[in-house]
Amino acid sequence: MRRGRALPYLLLLPGLLWLVLFFLAPAVQLAATSLYDPAGSLTTGYAMTWSFGNYPDAVAAYGAQLGRSFGYAGLATLAALLLGYPLAYVIALRAGRWQNLLLVCVVAPMFTSFLVRTLAWKTVLSDSGAVVGLLRDLHLLAPDGRLLATPVAVVTSLTYCYLPFMVLPLYASLQRLDPRLLDAAGDLFARPGQVFRRVTLPLSMPGVVAGTLLTFIPATGDYVSAELLGTPNEYMVGNVIDAAFLVRLDYPQGAALSVLLMAAILVLVVGWLRRSGPTELG
Amino acid sequence: MATEEPFHGPGPGEPAGALRLVDLTMRYGDVTAVDRLDLTVPAGSFFALLGPSGCGKTSTLRMVAGLAEPTGGRILLDDEDITRLRPYRRPVNTVFQNYALFPHLDVFENVAFGLRRRRQPDVAGQVRRMLSLVALDGYERQRPSQLSGGQQQRVALARALVNRPRVLLLDEPLGALDLALRRRMQLELKRLRAEVGGTFVHVTHDQEEAMTLADTVAVMNAGRIEQLGTPAELYEFPATAFVATFLGRSNLLAGRVYGRDGDDLLVQAYGRRFSVPSARARADSGEVLLGVRPEKVRLVDTPEQVPAGHQWLDGTVGEVGYLGVSTEYSVRTGAGVELSVFAAADGEAPRIPPGTPVVAHWHPRHAFLLHGGSTFRDAGTAAPPPVPPPPVPLSAGPE
Amino acid sequence: MGSRFGRFVADHWVLAVAALVLGYLLLPVAVVAGLSFNQPSSRLSYDFAEFTLDNWRDPCAGPGMCAAVLRSVQIGFVATAVSTVLGTLMAFALVRHRFRGRAVVDLLVLAPVATPEVVLGTSLLALLVAAGIPQGFWTVVIAHVMFCVSFVVVTVRARLSGMDTRLEEAAVDLYASEWQAFRRITLPLVLPGIVAAALLAFSLSFDDFVVTNFNSGTTVTFPMYVWGASQRGIPPQVNVVGTAMFAVALLMLAATRRARPAGARRGGKAR
Repeated sequence: MRRGRALPYLLLLPGLLWLVLFFLAPAVQLAATSLYDPAGSLTTGYAMTWSFGNYPDAVAAYGAQLGRSFGYAGLATLAALLLGYPLAYVIALRAGRWQNLLLVCVVAPMFTSFLVRTLAWKTVLSDSGAVVGLLRDLHLLAPDGRLLATPVAVVTSLTYCYLPFMVLPLYASLQRLDPRLLDAAGDLFARPGQVFRRVTLPLSMPGVVAGTLLTFIPATGDYVSAELLGTPNEYMVGNVIDAAFLVRLDYPQGAALSVLLMAAILVLVVGWLRRSGPTELG
Repeated sequence: MATEEPFHGPGPGEPAGALRLVDLTMRYGDVTAVDRLDLTVPAGSFFALLGPSGCGKTSTLRMVAGLAEPTGGRILLDDEDITRLRPYRRPVNTVFQNYALFPHLDVFENVAFGLRRRRQPDVAGQVRRMLSLVALDGYERQRPSQLSGGQQQRVALARALVNRPRVLLLDEPLGALDLALRRRMQLELKRLRAEVGGTFVHVTHDQEEAMTLADTVAVMNAGRIEQLGTPAELYEFPATAFVATFLGRSNLLAGRVYGRDGDDLLVQAYGRRFSVPSARARADSGEVLLGVRPEKVRLVDTPEQVPAGHQWLDGTVGEVGYLGVSTEYSVRTGAGVELSVFAAADGEAPRIPPGTPVVAHWHPRHAFLLHGGSTFRDAGTAAPPPVPPPPVPLSAGPE
Repeated sequence: MGSRFGRFVADHWVLAVAALVLGYLLLPVAVVAGLSFNQPSSRLSYDFAEFTLDNWRDPCAGPGMCAAVLRSVQIGFVATAVSTVLGTLMAFALVRHRFRGRAVVDLLVLAPVATPEVVLGTSLLALLVAAGIPQGFWTVVIAHVMFCVSFVVVTVRARLSGMDTRLEEAAVDLYASEWQAFRRITLPLVLPGIVAAALLAFSLSFDDFVVTNFNSGTTVTFPMYVWGASQRGIPPQVNVVGTAMFAVALLMLAATRRARPAGARRGGKAR
């Protein structure tokens, strides 16, 4: 078929323009802002002074929150993988005609307001709630111990928020798995544990990689869980950035922290992709 | 819309279209899929383009349909140049491989699709008549996914034929069906063609299908036509070693023409002398291949039993393959060639066990002579064809 | 007996774990639904106190909440319409055309997905402030379209690349012009993908908090309202909205699943 050479570019143009104007250009502006003179303010204006010192200053002031972001996000990603894999496995390979219903159960909570769901954890984990009561009775928690306002609450909520993003790519790669491969492995004397370790897990690695990325990246930037379920002792870098831009109005520092967050994510993601190979994201 | 239609499909009784390809070429980058093809498909013929996958037959078909653009050459339909005509302006319809039925439309709407695009009158009546012709009455409201493979095949045929194309293109139409269904659909296709008429161009890699259906077969290889003719002509007197081995099987003995005796050419091969009527020779000097079909070769015990006028080679029976209607013997001759021999399982002769010394003989009028290609120089017997031939040799036409 | 029990456990423990995880996923939704019938004992209490239907009878009792919901719906519609059109066009270009610079386009499309929202939000704020553009309704729409486009491209592309191009060839062979082939064959077959993409875009936009927080100025969307209220005390009607969203999402999912014609799922590969 004859096709105009310009046609693909015409189709791409509006979308690309949007992404360049409102994603790429802002990213450049963010980097520029991070190098503004920290002495300026929104009212007096900022001068571009290539103040690379904003970076060490930001790390000195908020290194703890930056580190906590990656710590919590890493824990939440690990927890989501451990919880999400069995669920994805069951939906893909064991659910039969319930498959669609279970998928809906995974997806549907995402359509309920994210903030409202996060607030629901306040009820679940409340000091007078059933969970805390049970843990106290089992002596897993001191009689006056709490879950709210602790790292446990924040990581629980982070895990919960991004679990569907772990389950869906895992499901996609497990679903493509030919069940005959598992039969073949069994036929070749592999015990169930070995079948999983030697066949199922390696073949689902693209899903594992995609799921961990889709969980880890947004979790590092999240600050809603820390704000609603934690105290300033659990604050992550997002809380600090939010405050820098919207409360303290210290744009250069907020921008420097944003850039640092993005850079650290890029380094970690590229390293992870190098090690792990192809992903479900394509 | 009417002005956009430079043609009108043939009505019942109207002549079908004659298709002519002139110097048609198609290249993808460095690959030449179709190489300066010249071909005439007479109006009203059932024409088969036969060849192994990758020989360029589907590319040829797509160019005729207008779905692929030729790099060079022309396509003429009844002397009208349609080379650059958009596909929807060509009075040509296609039955696609795997049918390409529209999954979101029911059977009726699939068949009505072309009629509606051309704003034909009485769509409902035409569709119903067509569906009853392919024995699908009552299936109008079914979706393609609810039909069996054979039924989908018939919808695809109806969808194309209802437009009464001057040329109907069939791209491996029976390839997705199992063997029994394929046989039945072959008969169905023949019957349909008798009813609707028109020119059919059928692309296939299945030599049996081509020979059963077509009145003219063009054997294609590497973007070129190797030979064109009736199935019997192709089988009885192949033009090239490729045709001789792609269409049925052949024993090909590499030799050299050393003389002439009246109407016969004299050939020396493997230290033996043979003769072939010059009417059955594609080459009359130099390196040649002497061919003889396995079912034309007979086996006897001793040279004395060879009938007068027959030529022979002696050897021992190697593998014996039981094929039901016949038995295939592989005979290792003293001359160093291996001959394939099919003996009819008529219950008369006992099976010959491996290791038995035998004499293989044939009548010179059953042999044929081809140009000795370098590829076949050392080929003692049939070179392995690209597609495995059916186990039973085809009996093609009168001898 | 013991070994049979062991076999049973080995075969079924994964089912039990999956059920627990599913419970974990659905627990907050159940809590939200339950709290929508709660008459809280005090403004800052999150515990269930007393059953009531009042919240459902008058969901707009909380000051400003319904206005915020309406605002979110408006933004959601505009952002969905724009991002669905832009993303669908891009998906067609990426699947159906070969062109130079494809890898760059792919990267640019995926990049917003791989960027934390806080970075997306602060970048855009930095640009808006530098350019002197005031934040409000339209800057929120711009931001939402930006992150929705990527998801639309990914969703539509998946559907489109599963479609057999021979169907379009068959249409053109049957006297349909390129435009007719697109309208009668391609579009109906890709439509479920486009609808799914639009639903996804709407839910992303409606529910977005972080990016909106940086670019909304004084515009209050529903998530912004909840955020603000969480500092002062959450009116129980918020849970009514959350529960209603869940119900609507379920209905939508059921409807799209039903609307999809049986044959279209496999992209027409009849076999």
